Amino acid sequence: MRVWVPIDAAARALGADDVADAIRREAAARGVEITLTRNGSRGMIWLEPLVEVEIDGVRMGFGPMTPEDVPALFDPGHPRALGPVDELPWMKAQSRLTFARVGVIDPLSLDDYQAHGGLAGLRAAIAAPEVIVQAVTDSGLRGRGGAGFPTGIKWATVARAAAERKYIVCNADEGDSGTFADRMLMEGDPFTLIEGMAIAGLAVGAVQGYVYIRSEYPDAIRAMESAIRIARGSGVLGTGILGSAHDFDMEVRVGAGAYVCGEETSLLNSLEGRRGTVRAKPPIPALEGFLGRPTVVNNVLSLATVPWIMANGAEAYAAYGLGRSRGTMPLQIAGNVRHGGLYEIAFGLTLGEIVEHIAGGTASGRPVKAVQVGGPLGAYFPPGLFDTPFGYEEFAGKDGLVGHAGIVVFDDTADMRALARFAMEFCAVESCGKCTPCRIGSVRGVETIDRIAAGDLDAIPILTDLCNTMKWGSLCALGGFAPYPVMSALTHWPEDFTGPAHRKEAAE
Amino acid sequence: MTSPAEPVLPNRSRAPELDSDGITRLDAIIVSHRDREGPLLPILHDVQAEFGMIPEGAQPLIAHALSMSRAEVHGVVSFYHDFRDHPTGRHVLRLCRAEACQSVGADALADQVRGALGLDWHQTTADGRLTLEPVFCLGLCACGPAAQMDDRLVGRATTDRVVTLATEAA
Repeated sequence: MRVWVPIDAAARALGADDVADAIRREAAARGVEITLTRNGSRGMIWLEPLVEVEIDGVRMGFGPMTPEDVPALFDPGHPRALGPVDELPWMKAQSRLTFARVGVIDPLSLDDYQAHGGLAGLRAAIAAPEVIVQAVTDSGLRGRGGAGFPTGIKWATVARAAAERKYIVCNADEGDSGTFADRMLMEGDPFTLIEGMAIAGLAVGAVQGYVYIRSEYPDAIRAMESAIRIARGSGVLGTGILGSAHDFDMEVRVGAGAYVCGEETSLLNSLEGRRGTVRAKPPIPALEGFLGRPTVVNNVLSLATVPWIMANGAEAYAAYGLGRSRGTMPLQIAGNVRHGGLYEIAFGLTLGEIVEHIAGGTASGRPVKAVQVGGPLGAYFPPGLFDTPFGYEEFAGKDGLVGHAGIVVFDDTADMRALARFAMEFCAVESCGKCTPCRIGSVRGVETIDRIAAGDLDAIPILTDLCNTMKWGSLCALGGFAPYPVMSALTHWPEDFTGPAHRKEAAE
Repeated sequence: MTSPAEPVLPNRSRAPELDSDGITRLDAIIVSHRDREGPLLPILHDVQAEFGMIPEGAQPLIAHALSMSRAEVHGVVSFYHDFRDHPTGRHVLRLCRAEACQSVGADALADQVRGALGLDWHQTTADGRLTLEPVFCLGLCACGPAAQMDDRLVGRATTDRVVTLATEAA
């Protein structure tokens, strides 16, 4: 009997370890021989822990499971039976390219990885390294970390730069609330990221890579470290990768709890062992990055998508998407939703389709009030903007951002003034301190919102002016984008700012 | 950078709160990392894992080994939320305060837990048993509110569950 129980941190947070133990105990008690695999999560977090059992060659789902539900797994007619997992509507409607193997394979089995198409991209890249940059450019892949910069152009810059040593740095400092795709990929299919980084190394002539993972992700750190060891032991990393003439090795570096280190220049400083302050650009990291050398800095998802592009062709990837947003985006549906989790789909769905149909509305059953897209620095969208198609330019056109595609839903109990204050407070706490608009502006922002809360409506134009200064005067996206949640809250829900002071407290 | 043949640590009397055993342990950590590219964060992580904090006396020794100024090392230690110059309680409870968890009641949960435990953020119980810390995102945004009791992650956290876990930790 083959059984899968996710080892993903979200599944573990919902009790997957206890369920796995219960399955082993029950199997032993019944004398049933089982092969239990700890897989990644399929992304249906509301069904976690989602146990899969192979029946007549088909993986059948059961969830959400508790240890008490386990004994019945060995009998027919389980009350939590979901049917074939691949046929569930959530799974069927997706286009899983980057996440094709997540939840399917044993994350640390290189055999499993290759049996599901792994290393095909790296083999194609080794066969023709000179075409990698063009293929990535033609695929239309843009930086999935949030900035949306064309990945191929960045790689071409590093490839052209003359230097004795270049680097591939993977930004796995996934600090945005509402995002967990990097974590899920590193825990569920870490070899994909390794393969993507090796391909990047081949493309630009770099032999060393670093994955900078935030310290809040201990499971992902463990998975990546194990996968790197296995890859090195199997010749996927190291001298002469896959028997070729190319060398590439990599290691994990752990962050230390600074949100701003998700910004690429700040991350590079941190990697060098400095304070995570932002660097002014130019010089761009592609020319003067880690230790002053040419460096590719890409998000986990950007790098992890490259193997698919190399294996299946740039055209196949570019066939997905909308406008200048090509390919697929792993949406992370979070917050107050009935169906939260990871949903990879071509760009182009409207925000309303995502929130109403895929997420199924709020978990509380109350009306949706606001949807924050793109993390703590992303704008709050009201239902009136639900017709906005999911794409970089389309969201920018509505004064918002796609960011890392985290989508956080709030019901009508949300206090938008409090959320705007939180955005400024968060910016003040996490500011690296290098530039004045961010360091001082965010503190003034908190104070100004408090004035508005106390009934001083004259402070509203001051807040607007302050946001304008931060937006255009800050050195990086932390201070530059913190105005997005603040101004969107003020623009779309003015009544939350101008209504009676202390209304929330009075209502409680 | 110091060559491997030279002793890593200078005048050891400059680290009063590190005894000779502590200095030996620190020395081993520095030696294991100092030839890496960008060794300081890996060293600080290991020092904190070893000592439960970054002892102030360790900073000049690390600085000397890496040819940095003491101010630079102190600047790094004080910049990052993770690094502490004081120990925590034996157990650490972390509650997520970020937006996705707020949307499902994290603020109310935090208020109730703080009340039940009699602890505010960053405070430790008088007996040194438990420290309460805020965290901004554990990546459990589709099953919030999220909490972490030592290494154990908790999704869809309730006040009862969190307080029970926090109280049971000896």
